[in-house]
Amino acid sequence: MKDRTNSEWLDDLRGPGRDDALADLRAFMVRGLGYSLANRSDVDGTLVEDMAQEALLKILDSLDTFRGESRFTTWAQKIAVHVTFSELRRRHWQDLSLEAITEPYGPDFAPDTMIDPAALPEQQAIQRLFLETLQRLIGTELTDKQRQALVAVRVQGMPLEEVARRMGTNRNAVYKLLHDARQRLKSRMEAEGLSPQDVLAAFGS
Amino acid sequence: MKWNRKALKKKGRKTMSPRTRAAESMDPDVLKKMAQGIMATRPDEIGCEECFKQVDHFVDMVLGGEDAAAALPLVQDHLSRCHDCREEYEALLAAVRATS
Repeated sequence: MKDRTNSEWLDDLRGPGRDDALADLRAFMVRGLGYSLANRSDVDGTLVEDMAQEALLKILDSLDTFRGESRFTTWAQKIAVHVTFSELRRRHWQDLSLEAITEPYGPDFAPDTMIDPAALPEQQAIQRLFLETLQRLIGTELTDKQRQALVAVRVQGMPLEEVARRMGTNRNAVYKLLHDARQRLKSRMEAEGLSPQDVLAAFGS
Repeated sequence: MKWNRKALKKKGRKTMSPRTRAAESMDPDVLKKMAQGIMATRPDEIGCEECFKQVDHFVDMVLGGEDAAAALPLVQDHLSRCHDCREEYEALLAAVRATS
């Protein structure tokens, strides 16, 4: 691949050097994705080629947003990685609805299996108090959407992006939804006398 | 949580009651992460969009041997909280490291 500065990349992609620059960038992204996804069984060469192609279109559409704070190739690879992981997450979770994975966590949200059996008795007591308080506050303080997102992400490990897809919104909005939920739970807990320091200490951090 | 999703797929959602699945995923680690996530909430967290804008800069700093976490603490904080963004950050770091 021809060595280019950031401005040479931009000039080439916008000018007569475009075809060569596109081919170079595409090959660069395919190589990078190949390395970073090498140990995943759900990735093959075709997928990587397809994702690099999709990323290329996005990159050409958003050249004006490149801020020049990183190398151009790092910025481009970031878009390729994002496109690829979005697709992998979509495939992995496609058969599961939000209801199916969150509905089991109704009234019985807090089984004793969540208390660390290796913790000291006084730590276990705070863990249990935290769990009981959490269970109650999730029911009384959070909106249905906040509760669903919290359970899907924190308990079931569903990616934010997949929660967002099912809620008809985007990942950033789901992060904000969860942040507001955490903030609410934290301040209610503090108001009830559960200090962040004590809780964190009880969980060994 | 990968093990949990695998268990879910393997046993099949029709043969396993929702309650059994719920109980299976309720281990101490889930509660610990929730406690940490909630109690360490800060008002100035950045979202995924802002993290995405800065993460390429963050990666170049890391690979250049600079203290990215000190220079971009809110990006570092977001990466520690958001699994989606962390997963992409790690993949980007690996890709750029291998190709530069």
